[in-house]
Amino acid sequence: MIYKHDVLVVGAGLAGMRAAIEAHNQGVDVAIVSKVYPVRSHSNAAQGGINAALGEGDTWESHGYDTVKGSDYLGDQDAIEILAREAPAAVLELEHWGVNFSRDETGHLGTRNFGGASQARTFFVADITGQALLQVMFEQLVRVGVRMYNEWFVTSLIESEGVVRGIVGMDIRSGQLHAIQAKAVVLATGGMGRVFEPSTNALINTGDGMAIAYRAGARLMDMEMMQYHPTTLKGSGALLTEGARGEGAYLLNAEGDRFMKKYAPNKLELASRDVVSRAEQTEINEGRGVDNCVLLDCRHLGKDLIMRKLGQIHELALELAGVDIVEQPVPVRPGFHYPMGGIKTDVDGKTTLDGLYAAGECACVSIHGGNRLGANSLLDTVIFGRRAGAAASEHSRSLPSPSDSFPLGEAALEQETSRIRALLDRPYVGELAAKVRWDMGVNMVKHCGVFRDADGLSEMGDLLQSLQDRATRVHVGDKGRVFNTNLTSVLELQFMLDLAVAVQITALTRTESRGAHTRTDYPERDDEHWLKHIQLQYRPNEAPEIHFTPVTMTRWEPQVRSY
Amino acid sequence: MDVQLKVRRQNPEAEGTPYWKEYALEVPDHFTLLDALIQVREEVDETLSLRCSCRSHICGSCSMRVNGHANLACKTKLSDIHSDTVTVEPMGNMPVIKDLVVDLEPFWKKLYSIDPYLQPAGEVPEREYVVPADSMLHLDGVVNCIMCGACVSDCESLSVNPIFIGPTAFAKEYRFIMDPRDAADTQRLMQMNGPGGVWDCTHCFQCVEVCPKDVAPMDRIMAMRKMLVDDGLAEKHNGARRQKAFTDIVGRYGRLDETRYLMKSVTMVELAGYAKVGLRSMTHGKLPPLRPHRIPDAARIRRIFERTRSTQRRRFKLHQQAQEGSPV
Ligand SMILES: Cc1cc2nc3c(=O)[nH]c(=O)nc-3n(C[C@H](O)[C@H](O)[C@H](O)COP(=O)(O)OP(=O)(O)OC[C@H]3O[C@@H](n4cnc5c(N)ncnc54)[C@H](O)[C@@H]3O)c2cc1C
Ligand code: SF4
Ligand code: SF4
Ligand code: FES
Repeated sequence: MIYKHDVLVVGAGLAGMRAAIEAHNQGVDVAIVSKVYPVRSHSNAAQGGINAALGEGDTWESHGYDTVKGSDYLGDQDAIEILAREAPAAVLELEHWGVNFSRDETGHLGTRNFGGASQARTFFVADITGQALLQVMFEQLVRVGVRMYNEWFVTSLIESEGVVRGIVGMDIRSGQLHAIQAKAVVLATGGMGRVFEPSTNALINTGDGMAIAYRAGARLMDMEMMQYHPTTLKGSGALLTEGARGEGAYLLNAEGDRFMKKYAPNKLELASRDVVSRAEQTEINEGRGVDNCVLLDCRHLGKDLIMRKLGQIHELALELAGVDIVEQPVPVRPGFHYPMGGIKTDVDGKTTLDGLYAAGECACVSIHGGNRLGANSLLDTVIFGRRAGAAASEHSRSLPSPSDSFPLGEAALEQETSRIRALLDRPYVGELAAKVRWDMGVNMVKHCGVFRDADGLSEMGDLLQSLQDRATRVHVGDKGRVFNTNLTSVLELQFMLDLAVAVQITALTRTESRGAHTRTDYPERDDEHWLKHIQLQYRPNEAPEIHFTPVTMTRWEPQVRSY
Repeated sequence: MDVQLKVRRQNPEAEGTPYWKEYALEVPDHFTLLDALIQVREEVDETLSLRCSCRSHICGSCSMRVNGHANLACKTKLSDIHSDTVTVEPMGNMPVIKDLVVDLEPFWKKLYSIDPYLQPAGEVPEREYVVPADSMLHLDGVVNCIMCGACVSDCESLSVNPIFIGPTAFAKEYRFIMDPRDAADTQRLMQMNGPGGVWDCTHCFQCVEVCPKDVAPMDRIMAMRKMLVDDGLAEKHNGARRQKAFTDIVGRYGRLDETRYLMKSVTMVELAGYAKVGLRSMTHGKLPPLRPHRIPDAARIRRIFERTRSTQRRRFKLHQQAQEGSPV
C-alpha cells in the first residue's frame, strides 16, 4: 500500500508526539509511525526530571550558562538560548496538559537538585517523570486525534537527490511493507544505546533514525560525544537516577571516602556527568573500587524519603542487584547512557536534507555539546519536537500534494521489498545477529568508553570492519512474516554498525579531551584547534567524509571548567 | 542454574493451533524470565516472538502469563520460581497474534473510550495550577500504571463480559476524577455507572494481585463506586443500592439485618419476585428474625465506620473551589 500525509513523524516518544501535536495544531494532515506503541517508547525510562528556570530568582541565563558549561563549550549557544528561554513555557504546558508534577507545601511546583546545575531547577514526578510525561503526551495525542501507525518498523526514507518525501516501513503485525509519502518527515527515533553493551537503554534503542538519515545523506554531528552515566547497576546496566544524588546520596570508594571531594570540591556528587564518571573510573582503575564499582550510599536519606521520592530505584536495586538501598549502599559504575551526537539539525529541526527534520535524542542541534546535563533531554524533546513539527508543517504547506510532486513511493517500496526478501533468503552459515551485536557492544564500551586512546580506537576500527563483514552473513532464522522480531533485529544490527563506525571515526579524529570524550593520549581541552563540531557525510563503500563546522557562540566565552 | 521453560506457541502462518514447546536452559542466577526468553530467541529458536523493550518494568511490553498468572517477564526472577518447569503463555482475554504476542487493539480502544485526557474548566492559568501537594502525590499511585495489560489479562469479569471497561481504563479514569484540575468528574462518573461500568466488577482481586506496579485497580473501582453513591449519581443502580443498604445497615446496627437489607436494596417489583423464596424460607423455619438481636458493641462498630469515613480521601476540585469563590 501507499499512504499519503502532509507531515509524517517517525517515532512516538516525547519528541515525536510533541512534533505531531504541533503539526496537527498547525492544521496539516499529520500521522505518526512507531515501532512500538507510543507509551512503550523509551522516554518512559526517564526517572529524574525536566529542567526549567521557573523558580523565583532563577533565570534563563543561568540555565543557559550551566548548559553551555556542562557541554564543555561545544554546545551551540543560539540553540541553548532557545532551550533555556522556552523551558518555562514548555514545562508549564506539560503541567496544564495534566502532568502531576510534585508540589511544595504551598501547592506550587517543587524542584529537586540535579547535576551540573547552579540552582534546583529540576521539576519532577517522584522518580517516574518520563513515564508521567509520556502518558500525558500520549493523552494529548489521543485528544487531538493524530493518525497512528503503531508497531510499524521504518526501514528507509524515500529520498532522491537530497530531497526526502516519505518512508518505507513494515507493519510488524502482518510483515507487509508499505510506503508512506509525505511532504516532510520528522525523525524522532530516540537513542542508540544498544550499540554499547551494557547500556541503560531499552532494547529498542538501536539508533534506527540516525542510521536511516545518515544512509540517505543527512549529516551526523558530534558522534564522538557519548555520555556514560555515573550510576548504573553492574549486571544489567540499569540506571539509578541522578535524582538520588540530587536528594543527597553519596558516592563512596572502597575505603569509604566521598572521593568526589578530590575531583569536584564544590559540587561533589552533583558535578557534570562526564566529571563524575571519569572520577569513578579513575577510582576503579587505581584500585579503590569495589568489584569494578563504586558505592552509591542512600542510607542517610532515610526510608521515608527513599520510598516517597526514589521508589522506582529502590525497586530496581532490589530486583536487579538484590540490594535494599535503605539498608545498604549499592554498587554502581559508569554505564553507557546517551549520545550527545546525532542527526545534525538547525534550531528548527531541519537536517541537511530537504524535507527531512529531526528532534529529540536522535537529533543534534547541538544543545548538549560535549556533555548533556541531567534533565535537559526531556526538555530537548518537547522544545525541539514542537519546533520541528512547526517547521515541517510550514515546509509541507509550500509544496503540492506528495503524490503529484514525487511519485517515488512505488520505486522505493519495490527496492525495500527485494532487499528484505534477500535478507530472508540468506543461507545459514553460523553467524547470528545477537552475537555480532554483542561483540560490537562490549568492544565499543572497551574502546570508546569513558577513556579512549588512539591505539584502542584504531583497533576498534579494524574490529568494526570485520563486524560489518560478519553482518553481511547474518541470517534470519524466522522465515515467517507475522511479528518477525528476528528480521527486525537483523535490520537494527545494520543500523547500529553504521553508527558504531561513526562514533569510532569521530573519536579518533578529535585529538583533545572535551566533555565526555577523554583521550588519555590528548588529556587537555584544546580550544585553539578543537572548538568545532565534527560532521560526517556517508559515502557508500568508502570512509565517510569528515567536515568541521564552528561552534556558535553568543554570549558565553569558553572558560576553564571546574565544579 | 538450570531452568525448564514450557512455552505456549502459536503461528498463524503455519498450523495455527497452539502447542507447547519446552526449552532447557542453563542461565546465570540473576536471570529474569525475559533474559531467558531472549536467550531462547537469540540462541535456540529465532522464531519465538514476544514483545519486550526496557528490561526494567517500565515500558509495559513484556506481560505474559507465568505459571498461570499475568506478570512482566522482566520482573519475574527465575530464582524466585519454585516449580520445576516454568509455564509461559500469552496474556488472557486477548486474541493471540503469534506466540506470546497478543492483539492489544481492543485494549487501547477501551482506553480511548473513556476520554483519557485532562479536561480542565475555565481559563488556563498563567503559571501552574496551584493544588495541594498531596493531591498530586496521590495520583502517582495510578500514574504508575504502565499499560501492561496484566490486570486485563486476568480479569474475571472481562472473561465473561466483553463490554466491561476493564481495570486499566478504570484506573486511568480514577486518575482524572481525582485530579483537582479535571472538571469532567461528574460525566466521567456517570460513564462508569452504565453497562460495562464499575458495577460489573466482580471484586475478584485478580487485578490487584497481578499488577506489577501496585496500581490496585480494584481499589480505584471501589472508590469510584463510593463516589457514585455519595454523589447521588447511582440511585437507580442495583449494585449501588445494595452497597448503600449494606453499609447503612451495618453502620447503624452493627450487623446485617437481612429483612431490612432486602427492603432497602430492591424495588417493589423485585420484592414481589422474592415472595416465593420468602414463603419457602418461612415454612422451613429459615426466615431471618424480623427484629434481629441487638449487638452489644454496635456503638463501637459505628465508630469504626465514622473513622473510615473521615480518613477517606476527599475529592478536591479546582473548578468547584472557583465556583464557591474560596481562595485556593
Ligand atoms: C534510563 C534513562 C533515564 C533518563 N532520565 C532522564 C531524566 O531524568 N531527564 C531527562 O531529561 N532525560 C532523561 N533521559 C533521557 C531521555 O529520557 C531521552 O533522551 C528522551 O526521552 C528521548 O525521547 P525521544 O522522544 O527522542 O525518543 P524515545 O522516547 O526513545 O522514542 C523513540 C521512538 O522512535 C520509535 N522508533 C525508533 N526506531 C523506529 C523505527 N525504525 N521505525 C519506527 N519507529 C521507530 C520508537 O518506537 C519510539 O516511539 C533518560 C534516559 C534513560 C535511558
Ligand atoms: S477485581 Fe474487578 S476489575 Fe479487578 S480483575 Fe476482578 S473483576 Fe476485573
Ligand atoms: S493497572 Fe497494573 S496491571 Fe493493569 S495495566 Fe496498569 S500497570 Fe499493568
Ligand atoms: S521489557 Fe519493559 S516492562 Fe518488561
